[in-house]
Amino acid sequence: MEETRSTQSSPPAVMPATEGQPPKRAVAGRFGAYGGRYVPETLMAALQELEAAYAEARKDKSFRDDYRRLLADFAGRPTPLFLAERLTEELGGAKIYLKREDLLHTGAHKINNCIGQALLARRMGKHRIIAETGAGQHGVATATVCALFGMECVVYMGTEDMRRQELNVFRMKLLGAEVRGVESGSRTLKDAINEAMRDWVTNVRTTHYLLGSVLGAHPYPTMVRDFHRVIGQEARKQILKAEGRLPSAVIACVGGGSNAIGVFYEFIKDAEVKLIGVEAGGRGHSLGEHAARFDGGAPGVLQGTYSYVLQDKAGQIALTHSVSAGLDYPAIGPEHALLHDQGRAEYVSASDQEALDACLKLARMEGIIPALESAHAVAECLKRAPTMSQSDIVIVNVSGRGDKDIGILRENLQF
Amino acid sequence: MSIRFNRQPGLVAYISCGDPSLDTSRDVALAAIQAGADVIELGVPFSDPVADGPVIQRASERALEHGTNLAGVIEVARQIREQSDAGLIMFSYLNPILQFGLQKFCSAAADAGIDGALVTDLPLEEAVEYLRAMKAHKLAPVFLAAPTSTEQRLRAIAKHSRGFVYAISRTGITGTRQELAGDARSLVERLRAYTKLPIAVGFGISTPEQFVEVGSFADAAVVGSAIVQTVEQNPGQEAAAVSEFLASLTGTTQSTAAGS
Repeated sequence: MEETRSTQSSPPAVMPATEGQPPKRAVAGRFGAYGGRYVPETLMAALQELEAAYAEARKDKSFRDDYRRLLADFAGRPTPLFLAERLTEELGGAKIYLKREDLLHTGAHKINNCIGQALLARRMGKHRIIAETGAGQHGVATATVCALFGMECVVYMGTEDMRRQELNVFRMKLLGAEVRGVESGSRTLKDAINEAMRDWVTNVRTTHYLLGSVLGAHPYPTMVRDFHRVIGQEARKQILKAEGRLPSAVIACVGGGSNAIGVFYEFIKDAEVKLIGVEAGGRGHSLGEHAARFDGGAPGVLQGTYSYVLQDKAGQIALTHSVSAGLDYPAIGPEHALLHDQGRAEYVSASDQEALDACLKLARMEGIIPALESAHAVAECLKRAPTMSQSDIVIVNVSGRGDKDIGILRENLQF
Repeated sequence: MSIRFNRQPGLVAYISCGDPSLDTSRDVALAAIQAGADVIELGVPFSDPVADGPVIQRASERALEHGTNLAGVIEVARQIREQSDAGLIMFSYLNPILQFGLQKFCSAAADAGIDGALVTDLPLEEAVEYLRAMKAHKLAPVFLAAPTSTEQRLRAIAKHSRGFVYAISRTGITGTRQELAGDARSLVERLRAYTKLPIAVGFGISTPEQFVEVGSFADAAVVGSAIVQTVEQNPGQEAAAVSEFLASLTGTTQSTAAGS
């Protein structure tokens, strides 16, 4: 593949500003060299306002109480950690636990972040919410919290994604949101983010952009991670209670990387716990056929942040492909870029077919139909668990449920 | 440095380079200079132009389909420089410059006779290395000032800009509008407190009335989407059509505007 870039991490050409000197220690919004705030000037004041509002809210007990109460009573937290006994037995290796984010209200982990950001938007006096969505899970979660809070909601979605996630388009409309189709580029998640950013730059004074992953300009990657940390906090407590020890590995799928960072974060300090992110291997290795940023991507700036990006040598962003709309994106959250370079997390990929097979397997073995995104994590578990010892424990984050994917599953599974 | 505004108001012309070809872009730039442009902004196409409206998005897509890249745009600048001493500014998103290499970009731009650069998604906070490289190559960094910029930001933007400051007339993306937003005048007034540099107002300017209005409070008007649209609508006649449009816009002839 002549067009693909080396996976070597090159030093950043543009360093963060701290009085003209490269940073000596971590700077807010930076994960090593990654992250930052690369946006048009018009958005800078809004990002600073958001950063300040978030910093203030975090210290406010009433904000934290509201967030916790809604996570519990509205979203349905904590989610169970479920021992997958038949799958464990079948694979004959590590003991497999499933973190059941699929059981949350709206069907995926996305609601954690939406509740947090909607509370924040209300605090900032912004009553118009915009969002992008790929698989539609973030769009549905956003439409849901907007209905709950009585806010105006506009969701941008690529028309290719609207086609393959038709059910979620209807759910958003049912909840009172306006869904705006995006026709540019590959008509998927990246293009939806472009259009949401154009809306935000126009209506920034009245609008909060409820970004759905650990992407974009600071403070989004940090803030969205914080709103999902609860996944790992629960999982860590639950596994200690069930097994009295930490898992050998935690596996999660990685599009932008919000569910993965959410479940990883609490385990980062536990060096013995392997953290494994699974990217979309799509249908081939050449550029345009997959969304595995660590397999052919190079550091670059896309949509506000510096991270690994699938791109050509001239810095034009590549098209991507995945059977799963939620993973079909050319950049990865900047904190994952750092975890990758540090070797703290390992990133692998699963192909479209492996994800479809894993989806079917989990459905038949455990009675759980995972979202096609989450099925990528299950696929890695199917490969890895048999190679591990029976004394090992694996936690797979089932980030969402597969109801939205029934149409694609029907197209791809011949029965 | 040849960023000078010879009339009041001055004219900054933005061109989406490579649409429909780099040779045409060169000819359009030279025609714009003939028609009174003091500064040419050479737009480098990018796959994900988040600050641009549909006109420049379409032009960028076409330019990329033809394989336009940063090196090609720098070469166009070199050809324009051979024939003109008008101001030449590279107008790009950050990623094409990062992948080209920041030092290499500055050195190639200076070598081609380019005067400066404006990087749409590079705010001051992230621009330390960039400012250092630009200074080393005697290139003028032009920064955007927005109606939403705080006083503190405007002061910093004014301090670090060279050549001119680009004041965005309204919150939003590029593209023509019927009326100039009230934001523009107050933004220019706020900026004056921090700089003696010329202030150019852009985003949405396409009519002689708007041009005159901008001239009443700013030093120059930036015309972008209206030029790109004129190119789009006049295949084979791009340079002549842009020339006629700009002449009409600035009131140097009585002919009617094309394509706005």
